[in-house]
Amino acid sequence: MRTLLFRSLIATPLSQPVPKPAADALSAALGAQLDRAAQRRLGRSVAIRALDAGSCNGCELELNALGNAFYDLERFGLRFVASPRHADVLLVTGPVTANMREALERTYQAMPGPKWVVAAGACAIDGGIFAGSYAVHGGAGAVLPVDLRLPGCPPRPLELLQGLLALMEPSSASRPSARAWSDLRLG
Amino acid sequence: MGTLREALATGAPVTTQAPWPRVVVDAAGWSALGEALAEGALGLSGLWGEAEAVHAALFDEPAAEFAVATLACPEGRFPSLGRRHAAAIRPERAIRDLVGLVAQAAPDDRPWLDHGRWPVRAPLGRKLPPGPAAPYAFLPAEGEGLHRMAVGPVHAGIIEPGHFRFAVNGETVVRLETRLGYTHKGIEALMQGATIEHAACLAGRVSGDSTVAYALAFARAAEAALGVAVPERAHWLRALMAELERLANHLGDIGAICNDAGFALMLTHCAILRERVLRTADACFGHRLMRDLVVPGGVALDLAAPAGVHDLCAEIGRQFPRLVALYEGTASLQDRTCGTGVVAPGLARRFAAGGYIGRASGRDFDARRRPGYPPYDQLRFEVPVFENGDVDARVWVRIREVEQSLSLLQQILLAMPGGPVRVPLPLRGGEGVALVEGFRGDILVWLSLDEAGRVRRCHLRDPSWFQWPLVEAAIEGNIVADFPLCNKSFNCSYSGHDL
Repeated sequence: MRTLLFRSLIATPLSQPVPKPAADALSAALGAQLDRAAQRRLGRSVAIRALDAGSCNGCELELNALGNAFYDLERFGLRFVASPRHADVLLVTGPVTANMREALERTYQAMPGPKWVVAAGACAIDGGIFAGSYAVHGGAGAVLPVDLRLPGCPPRPLELLQGLLALMEPSSASRPSARAWSDLRLG
Repeated sequence: MGTLREALATGAPVTTQAPWPRVVVDAAGWSALGEALAEGALGLSGLWGEAEAVHAALFDEPAAEFAVATLACPEGRFPSLGRRHAAAIRPERAIRDLVGLVAQAAPDDRPWLDHGRWPVRAPLGRKLPPGPAAPYAFLPAEGEGLHRMAVGPVHAGIIEPGHFRFAVNGETVVRLETRLGYTHKGIEALMQGATIEHAACLAGRVSGDSTVAYALAFARAAEAALGVAVPERAHWLRALMAELERLANHLGDIGAICNDAGFALMLTHCAILRERVLRTADACFGHRLMRDLVVPGGVALDLAAPAGVHDLCAEIGRQFPRLVALYEGTASLQDRTCGTGVVAPGLARRFAAGGYIGRASGRDFDARRRPGYPPYDQLRFEVPVFENGDVDARVWVRIREVEQSLSLLQQILLAMPGGPVRVPLPLRGGEGVALVEGFRGDILVWLSLDEAGRVRRCHLRDPSWFQWPLVEAAIEGNIVADFPLCNKSFNCSYSGHDL
């Protein structure tokens, strides 16, 4: 083990250069709702609760890849948390199946405000290829207010990262809002 | 003459199916199959229904024979195979949920995939209006000092949803019961009436980590149904993708199992190698998981950069032995994996558990060899088999299979012939069946096409159907804290099982 650790010490880091946040198209919907106060409050730290609402498991593979040495999610202040009580963001993957709907709603309700919902992958956006099935309600938007959509089947880790960074970058379009902090709970 | 042919000798053969025979039996013949399964003379590879018939895919392991038996059920019921053969219990519960046919005298008549939340009952059968939702009755566990723990469907990590109900005495698990079906998407209903191309996309989304294996199993079933021969190069490209998929998943699993034993260093290093495989797949085929690339008739595109695969094999060949040495040489890690979560060989055989779960418990089965498919007949590879049946054995099967996949990839690159990679498909009816070895085990696809070449009925059987029940057996007597470790060493699919 010592040899392996020593090699790691002298090896060059594998982590990729910091990607730019997703293009305006991705962040525009969110930018209108996220104001600078929210940005300040979150600081540079966003806690994410990932929830599989019925996916094929492809999106989860790429979410897990975000933790590897190449993407190293936590250097951006982004981290996945186990409890919805600790989460700022609910990241939903997969179409919302009839059998998972209640679990999804209860997870969202367990999160403290302010909170945001990210639909990751084609299925979470609109049900994808499974839309129209008797066992599927549709995308995450069929059940929860969605703030950010990250397309792809599955989205590449870099695309996921760019989308999540858009959550943390202050948007020049948004202005400080007078709304009470509790009103920031979107939807 | 093999046991299977004898068992089906009295039935009426159906000529439309390829490549395995399909035989229509009567109720007595069906019950006799149940006896043969209970005696271990036959193995069960799949059990599914249509509106008025049930089908069982059977195999005779020593003779390497496979066949499908069909029983017409005009009165909506059939003799339960689960009564004599436990592996059939959950498929029979699913048949009742999906097509409405009832297994008579079944040992367990609780619903399985249907949680009482669909707008329809028997969606693949008579499409009845929904009934009143009933609470799910978990199996009892009684005794002094026992208490219950309910876990899921939402779990702490980034994993799929399922419910685990533990009965524990102190730290020791007395009984575990799994409840699945949360990710049921109605894939088989979506397939009905779909074009082959669309159905192939659906098949590739049954279980995301096995997208190549599922697409391959579906494509092979479609090609068997239509009598289409695929260009030689397509077979080799398919095997290249399948081995890359196996490599990526095994590397991810080895790291994740060690991580669940609290040894994160292994995960870090294995995750780097896994990422390299996915990046190579992306560079070669334009998609990290190689989704929608194996299509009925061949493959969607040719290999762009073979050199990338060479470099990948060289890099993993350099790094992986160090990780194996690390696994072998870390006593605190071995202390957690050795002797934990044991599956007895007899149980693995009775359930016909495939993949690393069967092979870690002495079941020497690999669909690449039997029934076999090209180009594996032209490649040299070993199927590693261990006897201990514990977490450690399941890790070792994966380690040896990583080495085998590296060797296979290099052989494929050397020997791959040139030529076209896809042929057009005719529009006509037929029935086909295929068994393909995914990283997790053998995937069965049975496909029936109507005269217009559209899907009449398609059944996709994930290896997890015969592996999930063994998780319950493996954890018995272990401590709760070892459950994540055991479960990860199985790494059963939720989505593939739930459909």
